[in-house]
Amino acid sequence: MARALVNIPKTARRGDVIEIRTLISHEMETGYRPGPNGVLLPRDIITRFTCTYNGVEVFSAELFPAMSANPYLVFTTVASESGTIALTWTGDNGFSQTETATIEVA
Amino acid sequence: MRLPGAAALTLLLASPLGAEIRPDERRSDFHQMSPETRAMQTDDTANPGMLAVLDGEALWRAKAGPAGRSCADCHGDARITMRGVAARYPAWNAARGTPVGLAGQIDICRADRQGISAWPAESRERLAVTAYVAHQSRGMPISPPGDPEMAAARERGGRLFTARMGQLDLACAACHDDNWGKRLGGTPIPQAHPVGYPIYRLEWQAVGSLQRRLRNCLSGVRAEPFPYDAPELIELEAFLMQRAAGLPIETPAVRP
Amino acid sequence: MLVSLSRREVLLAGSAASFVLAVPALASPEEMNEAIRRFTSGAETKAGRVRLDLPPLVENGNAAPLAILVESPMTEADHVRRIAVFNERNPQPNVITAHLGPRSGRASLSTRIRLANSQRITAVAEMSDGSFWSGTADVIVTLAACIEGA
Ligand code: HEC
Ligand code: HEC
Repeated sequence: MARALVNIPKTARRGDVIEIRTLISHEMETGYRPGPNGVLLPRDIITRFTCTYNGVEVFSAELFPAMSANPYLVFTTVASESGTIALTWTGDNGFSQTETATIEVA
Repeated sequence: MRLPGAAALTLLLASPLGAEIRPDERRSDFHQMSPETRAMQTDDTANPGMLAVLDGEALWRAKAGPAGRSCADCHGDARITMRGVAARYPAWNAARGTPVGLAGQIDICRADRQGISAWPAESRERLAVTAYVAHQSRGMPISPPGDPEMAAARERGGRLFTARMGQLDLACAACHDDNWGKRLGGTPIPQAHPVGYPIYRLEWQAVGSLQRRLRNCLSGVRAEPFPYDAPELIELEAFLMQRAAGLPIETPAVRP
Repeated sequence: MLVSLSRREVLLAGSAASFVLAVPALASPEEMNEAIRRFTSGAETKAGRVRLDLPPLVENGNAAPLAILVESPMTEADHVRRIAVFNERNPQPNVITAHLGPRSGRASLSTRIRLANSQRITAVAEMSDGSFWSGTADVIVTLAACIEGA
């Protein structure tokens, strides 16, 4: 499993715009880079990221080889209710990882 | 077009060797980086090196070897027991009669205490555990040990630092003592203080050791790089740590 | 010191060569425009409302920090649906396409991208009324000096 660093506020007031910061370890091999033997290394990247808030998708993104290794993504969402925020990265070669965090909304 | 102009070269040619950096001018290469790269290092939620630290923390607690012992089983809470340790490596290992680096000490614990083989140089595990241990010293001043044996190792490292080498016939000191702060092509030449290792280097798109960094500079002058864990690399490291004494540890640093 | 210019140039030309090898087929501004047309389904793109922040000088093209902020109230009635980032010098024009909505609160996105060369980056935002807006930033990429030996 890849390491992921996720930063989501643990508490928020209803209606606050909160920032979600994510970092995940992944080489993001572009498919355009020759290996030591001169042959192109096959592409191996994260292709998709989604964020759900109590099961409802609030943000998603398609990623291309031009994204840096160890993809870093920061975006926002409105703190609407207490519950679970789930982040999922999927990609080439069956890559799939989910991280969850709970948020208390008063 | 991005090759350095004749001006950059004349600069290297013109300066005499031998001027050490004045103590009050010594500073981490952090200060020569762009504001964006500095921000990437100082914000733990943005620093990709923290992924290695996190990885190292898990490995610290993982049982390993025939007796199923983890680093934590012997060393407890790294935040306490490993605090300040990285700031005084490489250290003299009396039993082996050699200086050892921090990663080398971890190899020794794996071999002697856990009864398993060392992780290979630059492997994910070795870098991660080293980063985790070194991270516990973040903010603490580099304080090289006073053993006389280490002084001898440092002296050998210092001689290497000022010796011309490679097809370019350049000494480390020609860049890092005599021309730090100037530009080579587009890149500022740093003072080369090993304050943040293992680092996350943007060029590598990964975490790597000081030895990897030194090997890059050796290839840079078209010298045959010393193999990983060669005594010369440990001696260079010991010299560089002495030269950086007092500067705070930054692990995991981010460098371009 | 007796360093010959030609040797020095060999060194740096060498690293430049391996860098170029790493990006065999570069996209062109034309391919980027084509990718933008696909994103907008041919609709007109107006300049404005999209702020794209990239440092003008990037120390290493492997990780250029990029931040986007689109002017929008982000309400049910008026929000940003998608933001896409394009480049004109990497092997492929697309970088990232993000899907947002009123629950985003703010139309902002920060990330890090690879830049094979100095170039212009374009971000295009699709609004809930079907209009497209764009912002650009020019960036210069410097090469690292001491890199891995070949
Ligand atoms: C069975 C107990 C044991 C285990 C397991 C063990 N160590 Fe050690 N470690 C020691 C002892 C004893 C020393 C001090 C003497 C020496 O150098 O061997 C030491 C020394 C060290 C030091 C140097 C501390 C200093 O103050 O200079 C570091 C760093 C270290 N260990 C890291 C690790 C790591 C990382 C692991 C797991 C991969 C580990 N150790 C596993 C017993 C252990
Ligand atoms: C031609 C000039 C030049 C020579 C000679 C040179 N270096 Fe460097 N070194 C650089 C530059 C430029 C950098 C900055 C990073 C880069 O390459 O982009 C650097 C970076 C470093 C760093 C990383 C510092 C940090 O902040 O982590 C260390 C350590 C280092 N050099 C040590 C050495 C040693 C030891 C030698 C001799 C074996 C040496 N260098 C020879 C130009 C040089």
